[in-house]
Amino acid sequence: MNLLDPTHPGWQLAAGEGASEHRPLIITLFGLFVVATLGITVWAGKQTKSASDFYAGGRQFTGFQNGLAISGDYMSAASFLGIAGSIALFGYDGFLYSIGFLVAWLVALLLVAEPLRNSGRYTMGDVLAYRMKQRPVRTAAGTSTIVVSIFYLLAQMAGAGVLVSLLLGITSDGGKIAIVALVGILMIVYVTIGGMKGTTWVQMVKAVLLIAGTLLITFLILLKFNFNVSDLLGAAATNSGKEGFLEPGLKYGVSAMSKLDFLSLGIALVLGTAGLPHILIRFYTVPTAQAARKSVNWAIGIIGAFYLMTIVLGFGAAALLKPEDITSSNKAGNTAAPLAALEIGGGSGSTGGAILLAVISAVAFATILAVVAGLTLASSSSFAHDIYANVIRRGKATEKEEMRAARWATVFIGVVSIALGALARDLNVAGLVALAFAVAASANLPTILYSLFWKKFTTQGALWSIYGGLFTAVFLVLFSPVVSGKPTSMFKGVDFAWFPLENPGLISIPLGFLLGWLGSVLTKEEPDKGKYAELEVKSLTGTGAH
Amino acid sequence: MTTEAPPPQGGSDTSPAGPTTEKFVEVQESAEFGELRRAHRSFAFPLTLAFIAWYLLYVLMSNYAGGFMGTKVFGNINVALVFGLGQFLTTFLIAWFYSRHAATKLDPKSAAIKSRLEAGE
Repeated sequence: MNLLDPTHPGWQLAAGEGASEHRPLIITLFGLFVVATLGITVWAGKQTKSASDFYAGGRQFTGFQNGLAISGDYMSAASFLGIAGSIALFGYDGFLYSIGFLVAWLVALLLVAEPLRNSGRYTMGDVLAYRMKQRPVRTAAGTSTIVVSIFYLLAQMAGAGVLVSLLLGITSDGGKIAIVALVGILMIVYVTIGGMKGTTWVQMVKAVLLIAGTLLITFLILLKFNFNVSDLLGAAATNSGKEGFLEPGLKYGVSAMSKLDFLSLGIALVLGTAGLPHILIRFYTVPTAQAARKSVNWAIGIIGAFYLMTIVLGFGAAALLKPEDITSSNKAGNTAAPLAALEIGGGSGSTGGAILLAVISAVAFATILAVVAGLTLASSSSFAHDIYANVIRRGKATEKEEMRAARWATVFIGVVSIALGALARDLNVAGLVALAFAVAASANLPTILYSLFWKKFTTQGALWSIYGGLFTAVFLVLFSPVVSGKPTSMFKGVDFAWFPLENPGLISIPLGFLLGWLGSVLTKEEPDKGKYAELEVKSLTGTGAH
Repeated sequence: MTTEAPPPQGGSDTSPAGPTTEKFVEVQESAEFGELRRAHRSFAFPLTLAFIAWYLLYVLMSNYAGGFMGTKVFGNINVALVFGLGQFLTTFLIAWFYSRHAATKLDPKSAAIKSRLEAGE
C-alpha cells in the first residue's frame, strides 16, 4: 500500500493531535456542500422534462457558465492535489506535467468544439456515426465512451475513498468503503435526478470553490514571500534538499525510458483532452457554436489560471514543509496542498491552520464529486442514446424510454463503480487517468477528426480506428509497469509486464490514425457523399443545429 | 447507406424538416462554402501543427537539453521556467487569435450560408 496512510506517524505529527481534531469542521463543510448541491439537484430535476434537458441541460447555458462547468468537469482531484504534490516532491517536473493539460484545449478550440456542437445532439457517437452505418459505429463509440469513462471514474472513486478517509482521520477498512459508497450514491442522485442541468450546476459551484480556495492559499503563500517568486523558488529548492529541483529531470529524466515515457504521456495529454466524452458532451449544453467557442476560451482562462496557482501551491509546499512530512502521509505527495494550507494558516494546533485545512479538504471533496458526476453522465448518456436507443431499439425508442434507460444506466454504472472503487481502494489506480487520456487520443480523436474533415472516411475506417486504438492502448497498459512488475504497480508481487512504457500513447495514437486511414482505403464501401455534405455544411455553418 | 434510419427526433429539439441532402451537396460544392472551408482550414490546420510542434519542442528540450534549460535568467528563474510560462502565454494568445479570426472571417460567412439554407432558397 503506497497510497495515503492516515495511521502513519508523519501525518499525525503534521496534523497536530491527529486529523480527528479538525474532523467536526471538515464534516460541517462537506455537509454544507452536499446539502447545497442536493438542493440544486432537486431544483434542476424539476426542470428536467425532455431528453434535451436530461442530456444537454436544455442547451440554455451561457458560454461563461459552460466554461466554468468545463473547468469543474476537467480539474480532477488528480490535477488539484496530484500536480501540487508532484511539484512539492519533484519540483520542475510537476509543473512540466501540468502544461499538457492546458495546451490540449487548443485542439478542442480549433478543431472540435464548434463542429461538434453544430452537428451532434447528445453524445460523441452522434458525430462519429453521422456519415456511417449507425449500428456498428454507435456500438463502437458507446464502447469507447464507457471504457474511457469507467477507467477515469475508477481512479477518482478509489482516490476519493483514500483521500477523504485521510482528511477525516478514518483508518478502518469499513470507513473507507463507506466513503466510496457515499461518493457513489451522491453521484447517482445528482445524475438521475438533476441530469445535465444539475450536474452542470454542481460543476460550476465546484469550480468557483476550487478557484477561490486555491486563490486564498496562493495569496497567503505569496504574502509570506513578499510576492517575490524568485525567493519562493529559492526557498523551495533549498528546503527540498534536492539537486536540480528547479530544472527538468527529477521525475521524468531519470532514465532513457522515463524520458520516452514522458514524451508518450505528453502526446496523450495534448491529443486526449479533445476526445474525452465527458468533456465533449459539455459542448451540447450551449445554444450555438459561438457560445461553445466562448466556453472553451473561458475554460482555457480558468484552467490556465488554476495551473499557474498550483505552481505557487506546489513550490510553496516544498518551501514550507519538511520533505519527509510531505512523503510520510502519502508517497505521491497528494497531501502536500492540504499540509501547506495547514502550515500557512499558522501550523498545527492553530485555528487559522485548522480552518484552511478544512477548506482545502472540502474543496477536494467537491472536486471529486463534480468530476465523478460528469463521468457517470457521459457513460450513461452514451449507453442510453447510442447503444439502447440507436442500436438495440434501432432509433424507435420514445424519449421517455430513452431517459428511463439513461437513469437505470446511471444507477448501474454507479453501483459497479462503488464496487470496483471499494475493491480497488488499496491498489494504485492513479495510472488509469493517463490511460483514459491515451484511449481518448487513440480511439476517439482520430475518428472525430476524420469524420469531420476527410471526405473519404468510411464505416470500416471508423471501426478500425476506434477498436484498434482502444484495444492497443488497453492491451499495452495491461502488460506495462502500471499493472505489474514495479513497486508502484497496481498489483504487487506479480510481474507479467513486457511493455516498458507506462503510457501507450506513443504507439497507440499513431496506430489509431493509421488504422482509420487504412480501413478507409482498404474497403470497397463508397463513402456516403450526401451524408458528408450534410455533416460538413452543418458542422461549419450550424444549419439545422439542435 | 442512405437507407439507414435517421437519428430519432424528439422533445424540444425537434426542428423543421430542414434542407434536403441534394441541397446540402449543392451548398457544399458552391464557391461560397469553399471559401468558408478554406478560411477555417487554412487557419486552424497549420496553427494546430504549429502549437503541437511548439509543445513537443518544449517536452523534448526538457527531456534532452537539461543543461540549457537550467540556465539562470535572473534570480532563481531559469530558461525552463520561462519556456513553461511561455507555453501558457502562447496558449492564451492562440485562443485569442483564433477567436478573433473566427468572429471576423468565419462567423459572417457561415451565418450567410445558414440563413439562406434555412430559408429554403
